[in-house]
Amino acid sequence: MHLEYTVVEGDFVNAGSASSSIKKTLKQLSVNPSIVKRVVVALYEAEVNAIAHAYGGVVTADIDAGKILIRVIDKGPGIPDIDWAMQEGHSTASPEVRNMGFGAGMGLPNIKKNVDRLNVQSTVGVGTTVEMEVNLS
Amino acid sequence: MKLSEIAKVLNAKVVCGQDRLDEEQDKVFASDLMSDILTLGDNFPMIVTGLCTMQTIRTAEMGNLDIIVFVRKKKPTEEMIELAEEECMVLMECDYSMFKACGLLWEAGLKPIY
Repeated sequence: MHLEYTVVEGDFVNAGSASSSIKKTLKQLSVNPSIVKRVVVALYEAEVNAIAHAYGGVVTADIDAGKILIRVIDKGPGIPDIDWAMQEGHSTASPEVRNMGFGAGMGLPNIKKNVDRLNVQSTVGVGTTVEMEVNLS
Repeated sequence: MKLSEIAKVLNAKVVCGQDRLDEEQDKVFASDLMSDILTLGDNFPMIVTGLCTMQTIRTAEMGNLDIIVFVRKKKPTEEMIELAEEECMVLMECDYSMFKACGLLWEAGLKPIY
């Protein structure tokens, strides 16, 4: 099953709608609730990142019997130092993002904690792709 | 403790989920930081927060958390209440500060998750 969603820069009202939709799909597929929670927590953090830090992008999810593979592909500006961004407490969030309850530098570490495989590729000026895989059984 | 008793302790107005007030809840987590709320794993406490935005409801939805108390006189919007109703959540409005609300809940016997 292939699912695809568009995320729009700065659209905090709809932030989480892709995560919400994928959550409902996984529940319909009777995936273990603890696994569903791990998937949606990681995806939601990544979705908010694309809205808060990037110029929007796309979320795709590919689900088969054994795993879910999610890609959050944004249109930039890119992360100059991924190792720095992966550390707890490191953030470049704007005051607006902090006012929404995010931007404490816990997003990427929280994603890492919840997925079985994580790959972050970023090119400054081009964009970032966050690829997350979670085993469903 | 029953949710109806929690509402009484906090002098809170229940704005959504009135049909669940006979349910029990014994754990509380308080934060204004949504990423904190997303680290709770398989714990499902009641959330006490002063952050009153759509993202509060979305974050609770992602974390399977369905009881939220808004402190500091924060009032959820119609849009937030609508989404909360879709998710069968209980929302309460409390005029007290975060510190006072948590103090009263502690005194009433509610527990932290860690």
